Amino acid sequence: MIKIKRSFQYVVLTVVSFVSVFPLLWMVISATNTSLDVTRGAMLPGKALIENFQKLIGAQNVSQAMMNSFKYAILLTFASLCICSLAGYGFEIFHDKGKDVVMGVILLAMMVPFAATMIPLFQMFSKAGLLNTTAGFMLPTISTPFLIMLFRQSARSFPHDIIEAARIDGLNEFQIFYKMFFPTMRSTYAAAMTITFMNAWNNYLWPKVIMTDQKSITMPMLVANLTEGYVTDYGVLMLGVLLCTIPTIIIFFVLQKSFAEGITGAVK
Amino acid sequence: MSRANKTTSQKLTLSKKQNISGWFFLMPATFLIAIMSFIPMFRALLLSFKTGVGNNLKWAGIFNYQRLGQDTVFIQALKNNFIYLLIQVPIMLLLALVLASMLNNKHLRFKGLFRTAIFLPCATSLVSYAIIFRSLFAVDGLVNLILIRLGFLEVGYNFLAHPNSARMVIILALIWRWTGYNMVFYLAGLQNIEYSVYEAAMIDGASPFKTFFKITVPLLKPTILLTAIMSTNGTLQLFDESVNLTNGGPANATITMSHYIYNLSFKYVPNFGYAAAMSYLILILVAVLAFVQMKVGDKRD
Repeated sequence: MIKIKRSFQYVVLTVVSFVSVFPLLWMVISATNTSLDVTRGAMLPGKALIENFQKLIGAQNVSQAMMNSFKYAILLTFASLCICSLAGYGFEIFHDKGKDVVMGVILLAMMVPFAATMIPLFQMFSKAGLLNTTAGFMLPTISTPFLIMLFRQSARSFPHDIIEAARIDGLNEFQIFYKMFFPTMRSTYAAAMTITFMNAWNNYLWPKVIMTDQKSITMPMLVANLTEGYVTDYGVLMLGVLLCTIPTIIIFFVLQKSFAEGITGAVK
Repeated sequence: MSRANKTTSQKLTLSKKQNISGWFFLMPATFLIAIMSFIPMFRALLLSFKTGVGNNLKWAGIFNYQRLGQDTVFIQALKNNFIYLLIQVPIMLLLALVLASMLNNKHLRFKGLFRTAIFLPCATSLVSYAIIFRSLFAVDGLVNLILIRLGFLEVGYNFLAHPNSARMVIILALIWRWTGYNMVFYLAGLQNIEYSVYEAAMIDGASPFKTFFKITVPLLKPTILLTAIMSTNGTLQLFDESVNLTNGGPANATITMSHYIYNLSFKYVPNFGYAAAMSYLILILVAVLAFVQMKVGDKRD
């Protein structure tokens, strides 16, 4: 009986794993095949990778979009981690009535759908000359309630004795944060970094609104542009999708373990 | 006595100092949220009572809100968001829970491999997976090819050209993309449950089914609530999939509210006032649903 139960589990998990991985595998295989071979159901790597690549860079400015995406995502992640971890730490370590109220108000911002702020933000940013700029991309999502909450949650497990000891040793509050909290919370930072980088890289609606110049577009925008012709070249399209996915997959594999640990700390 | 007084007064100034430096820690993040969320939200409310083209706006009272009720595309978009919400979210969360409780089994082998594979879809961008699914379900796509080879179909079925099948593809795609994400939250939550509880249940002869509903679900309730609210929020704001998988088609049959708001503001002749009114409706829906979920979540305690 237990044997049957256990093999049933393995069957379910294998099937689900296969379904999860298959579309990505198909993407990689299709990127190396001609469009005709893709529609014929090619299931093995083909020889058209270089041909697809030449067609892709002939049609779109891939290197520009790649550079833009990296620039926007890295700067946003850095700014976001600094500002939100400071706030999360502050809300937990120095908490009093006033700050708890502020935290409650910030959490309300989580409920605000982006569609509701998008139009006024667009108006504000076009007046301020922030269209097609990195700052324009970053500003709306540097400070997010989710990250502040994640860091506040992890600061909860940070022992107060350490803070007291550091204060007696004469460290100021910022030094305590930077020298004590920051190094011990690596896994939370890794989780925050994974989430923020992926969200920044994958963001589509906001750049589509403010990046009106072709020179400023991101990788997801470029990939979406590829589908706009009348005839779809599947090989080229999948190569574009692959290039757009590689950076996030790398981040995922490098930070996967600490991501899970960071989330575990936060769900407690 | 005086000494004691002195130390308390010192403590007071010290805590005051800390209190002030505390505010410095919060300031940048709080200001940014105020300027980037709350001020635009307020301005959107004002906008929603105005009408006109582009930046040429006049006060119109509740005209925009009245107009919503007669806009068939908007009603379709609202329906679509709810179809996605009511079908996709429960299936996905249940699947994520089942998978998480299977992976929580101590004796399971290849655990890391399974977990990585199931979580992998989360690493793809929304635009990317929408395009992958669109290609897989195209008339000349792989799904049709397999159905033809297996003899179920004579010629390719255009999944994305029929409202119901197009919605089904969106739902399948959403489940594919987000199940692993929610599973990670459940796995994290399960680590806080003593494994001995499960072993005791096993010794007592409880079926896996019973263990799942009597132990796993109740103990994970806070996490389930969290994921339910996150998914509801996300589903009501769907945009990338609607744009890149079906482009809202056929004939706006699969369009979502955010997609329609985008079209109204940036694709058609811009009507910011009307779009803002629509966005306020999403805001109210998100708030009400989150409130209801929290109430329901509390009740079962």
